[in-house]
Amino acid sequence: MSLDSKEPTGPLENRWTKHRFDMALVNPANRKKYTVIVVGTGLAGGSAAATLGDMGYQVKSFCFQDSPRRAHSIAAQGGINAAKNYQNDGDSVWRLFYDTIKGGDFRSRESNVYRLSEISVNIIDQAVAQGVPFAREYSGLLANRSFGGAQVSRTFYARGQTGQQLLLGAYQALNRQIAAGNVQMYPRTEMLEIITIEGRARGIVTRNLVDGSIEAHTADCVVLCTGGYGNAYYLSTNAKGCNTSAAWRAHKHGAHFANPCFTQIHPTCIPQSGSYQSKLTLMSESLRNDGRVWSPKDEADIEKDPSELSEQQRDYFLERRYPAFGNLVPRDIASRAAKESCDEGRGVGPKVNNKRLGVYLDFAEAIDQLGEDAIRERYGNLFEMYERITGESPYKKPMRIYPAIHYAMGGLWVDYNLMTSIDGLFAAGECNFSDHGANRLGASALMQGLADGYFIVPYSVGDYLARHEASKISDDHAAVTDAVKAVRERINKLLNAPNAKHPPEYFHRQLGLILWDNCGMSRDPSDLREALKKIPEIREQFWSEVKVTGSGESFNQTLERAGRVADFLELGELMCIDALDRDESCGSHARTDHLNDEGEVKRDDENYSYVSAWKHSGDTAKPELHKEQLHFEFVHPSVRSYK
Amino acid sequence: MKMTLNIWRQKSVEVAGEFVAYKVENISPDMSFLELLDVLNEGLIENGEEPVAFDYDCREGICGACSLVINGIPHGPQKATTTCQLYMREFKDGDEVWVEPWRVGAFHIVRDLVVDRSAYDRILRAGGYISVRTGAAPDGNTLPVSKDVADRAFTSATCIGCGACAAACPNASASLFVAAKISHLGLLPQGQPERNARTKMMLAQMDAEGFGFCSNHRECEAVCPKQIDIGRIARMNRDLYRSFLKRA
Repeated sequence: MSLDSKEPTGPLENRWTKHRFDMALVNPANRKKYTVIVVGTGLAGGSAAATLGDMGYQVKSFCFQDSPRRAHSIAAQGGINAAKNYQNDGDSVWRLFYDTIKGGDFRSRESNVYRLSEISVNIIDQAVAQGVPFAREYSGLLANRSFGGAQVSRTFYARGQTGQQLLLGAYQALNRQIAAGNVQMYPRTEMLEIITIEGRARGIVTRNLVDGSIEAHTADCVVLCTGGYGNAYYLSTNAKGCNTSAAWRAHKHGAHFANPCFTQIHPTCIPQSGSYQSKLTLMSESLRNDGRVWSPKDEADIEKDPSELSEQQRDYFLERRYPAFGNLVPRDIASRAAKESCDEGRGVGPKVNNKRLGVYLDFAEAIDQLGEDAIRERYGNLFEMYERITGESPYKKPMRIYPAIHYAMGGLWVDYNLMTSIDGLFAAGECNFSDHGANRLGASALMQGLADGYFIVPYSVGDYLARHEASKISDDHAAVTDAVKAVRERINKLLNAPNAKHPPEYFHRQLGLILWDNCGMSRDPSDLREALKKIPEIREQFWSEVKVTGSGESFNQTLERAGRVADFLELGELMCIDALDRDESCGSHARTDHLNDEGEVKRDDENYSYVSAWKHSGDTAKPELHKEQLHFEFVHPSVRSYK
Repeated sequence: MKMTLNIWRQKSVEVAGEFVAYKVENISPDMSFLELLDVLNEGLIENGEEPVAFDYDCREGICGACSLVINGIPHGPQKATTTCQLYMREFKDGDEVWVEPWRVGAFHIVRDLVVDRSAYDRILRAGGYISVRTGAAPDGNTLPVSKDVADRAFTSATCIGCGACAAACPNASASLFVAAKISHLGLLPQGQPERNARTKMMLAQMDAEGFGFCSNHRECEAVCPKQIDIGRIARMNRDLYRSFLKRA
C-alpha cells in the first residue's frame, strides 16, 4: 500500500482553507443518522466528541477512567502555544510553524504543522469563551510567557495547571452534549478490539470495567484519541492507566504505526527512590533558569553531603560542556549529559538496582544572589512538591533530578485528514504521529490535542461520512461476533496462564528497564539488537507465567493491567526495530553512532527524510516498513547548535 | 518500617464488607501510600489472593481519582494533599492504620476502596458549563477580565472532583464541589447569561442525587486537597437567592 498523505497543494497559507472548501458536507438534518465512536476523553477526545455532538451526530464516547474529567491531559503543567502575537514581539503563524518544524528536527509534514499553527489562535478564543481562567495582566487582558527557550512570548497558561483547566473546558463542553442527549458517555469502559468490515472501521469491542461485560459498539466511523505510549518504559511521567492498547489493536488490524522510536525525555524529573516506584514526577523545566546542574567530580564523593563538597570538587557539566547555553541547553542534550555523568558512576541519591540515578540541581547561588524570597516567589510551588515527595528542602539542600520519559511523538500514521491507514479510522492527539516530528516543543501538546479535536476531526469526519451512506451493522454480523470472540479468548488466556507466578508488573518492569537502557536517551545499535533478543523472551515468559487473580466478570484491575502490558510487550519490540532501522540521529532519537564530538545529534537528510510507517505483517518481529517521504518546499532543514 | 493496615474489603455493593488486617514490613519512608498498597497487592497476587481494589491514575495529585479515608480522614493526615502524594514518612514504625472508602450515600461502593462518583458528573451536566459552540467564540481579548476576578475564578476552578468534601461532611453534602464550579463560572463575565439557571439546576441535581446540604461544619475545606474554602458556599447561597429574585 502506498502512503498518500493527501496533503493539499498550492501556497501553504491557503491549503487548509482550500481543503475545507473541497471537503464534502453532511446536511444538518442528516447528521443524526450517523453514529461516531470517539475513544478517549482527553483534550483531543473530549473536544472532538463535544464538537461532533453539537453538530448533530450521534456520538458514543468511551474512557477507562471513572469520569471523562480524569484523562491524563489534566496533568499538563506549562501552557499552550498560540500565534496570537498579543505581545507584539514578532510572532506570527509562520514563526510558530517554523519553530515547530525546526523543533521537530525536520521530520514532520509542512502542511500539517502550518495548519496547526493557523488553528492555534482559534483554540485560545474557544477556551476563553468556555470560561478557562487563563492568567491575565492587570489590564484584564490575557498574559503570555516565553516557554521552552522560545524567543517570543506565545504561551498562554493557567498557573502550573494549564492542562487541567483546558481539559475541564473540554469536559464541560462534553457534559453539555451528554445532557442534550447528543453524546452517550461510557466511563470505566475500555476498548479492547476494533471491528473492521470490508476494510472499513465500523466499531469497537469494549469491556465494562465494573462488571466485566464485553460489548460490541458499531458506528459509521471510529475516532481514536487514546494518548501516548510512554508507559511502555514502565516508569514515566504518564498516569498509571495510560496505555497503547487501542492504538495497538488498530495497528494489528492494519493501521500503520509511525516513528515509534520518537519518544521524548524530560530532564527535570524527581529521581526514583526505590524499586517499588510506580511513576516519576515531572517538575517544570523553568527550574533550570536559576538552578545549576552538577555532580561530584570524584566517584568517592557521591555519598557525601553536597554541602561538604567545595567548588573544586563539583563538576558543573552542562556549563563545562556547553558554555554558551550552560544549564539551559535543550531537553535532550541536558538529559543525555545527566545520564552520562551517572553512567560514569558519579550519580547521587539512593541506589536503585545498584545504580545511583540523580544529579544535583543547585539553587544555593541563586538564593545567595537574589534572596530566598525571590526564589520562593518563582518556584515556591515546585519546591513544595519536591519536598513533599522527597522529604528534602531545596532551600537547604540541592534538588536531585533525573530525566524521564514523558511524551510520545510517534503514534498511528495519519494522513492530512487525520485518517489512519484503515478507512474510517481516525486518530487525534498524542496517539497519532502527525505534528511534532522527532521532538516536541514545550506547550505544543495541548495545542495539538485541541486543534485536532475542536477544529480538524469535526471537518474530516464530516467529509468522510458525506461520502458514505449511514448504515447499521447487525450484532450478529460475523465481523462483530469474531471480534467479541477474540476479546474473550484473550481475556481467558490472560486469566489462565499455564505457569501463573508473577503479577503483570513483574514483566512490565523488565520491559521498562530494557527500553530505558537501550531505546531511551541514547541508542546504540548493538544494544538495540540485544533488546530485540530479550523482549520476545519476556513476552513468552509473560504469556506463560502472568498471574491474574479473580475473574473476567468482575471489577479486576490486575486483568486490566495484564492486557495493557501484553500490548506494551509487542510495541516495545517495534520501538527497538524502528530505532535500529533509523540509522541517523534526529531530535529525541540519539544514536550513539551518529553524534558529533559535542554530543549533538547528526541528521541524515539524504537518506532518512521520511516517516517510518510500520505495517503489521502477522509476525511482530518482521513488520513491513513503508516510507512517507517528507518534502520541504517552504523551509530549509538546518542544523542546530547550542555550543 | 512495619505497619498494620486494616483495609475495608467488600466484593460489591450487594454484599457486606469488613476490615481485614494486613501486616506489611520493609516499608520505606520514601514510598507513597499508594505504592505501599501496590507492594501489598503484588504480594497478595503472588499468594493467589485477590488484591485490594483502589482508584488511582496520575499519581501526582491532579486527576482526582484516588480516594481513601485514612485513619478517619479523607486523603489522610497531611493537609492539602491527595492520597497519592502522601508519603510514608508521615507515619511511624509500628503504626496501625485504618483504610476505608469514601462513605457517602450518593457514592456507592464498587469494590473494596473504589466508589462510584458518577453523581458528581451528573451534577456538572446540570448546567456546569458555558454554552458555546465550537467556532462561535470571539477573540480572546475582546472581553477583559480583571486579574483579581480571573485569579479567584481560577482558584475555584482548581477543584479535582475527588469527592473528599462530601466524604468529610457529616451531612454528606457536595456543597463545596458544587459551589466551586458555580463560583468559577459565575465570577467570569462569560458565565453571566446562564448564572441563575446554572445555580438552580446544579443545586436541584445535588439534592436529587441524595447529597445533604451545608450546615457550616467546615470539614470539607479542612480536607480539600486544593484548599478551596467555604467562602464559595456562601457565594453559591447568595447566587441561589439571587436566582429567585431575578428572571433568568
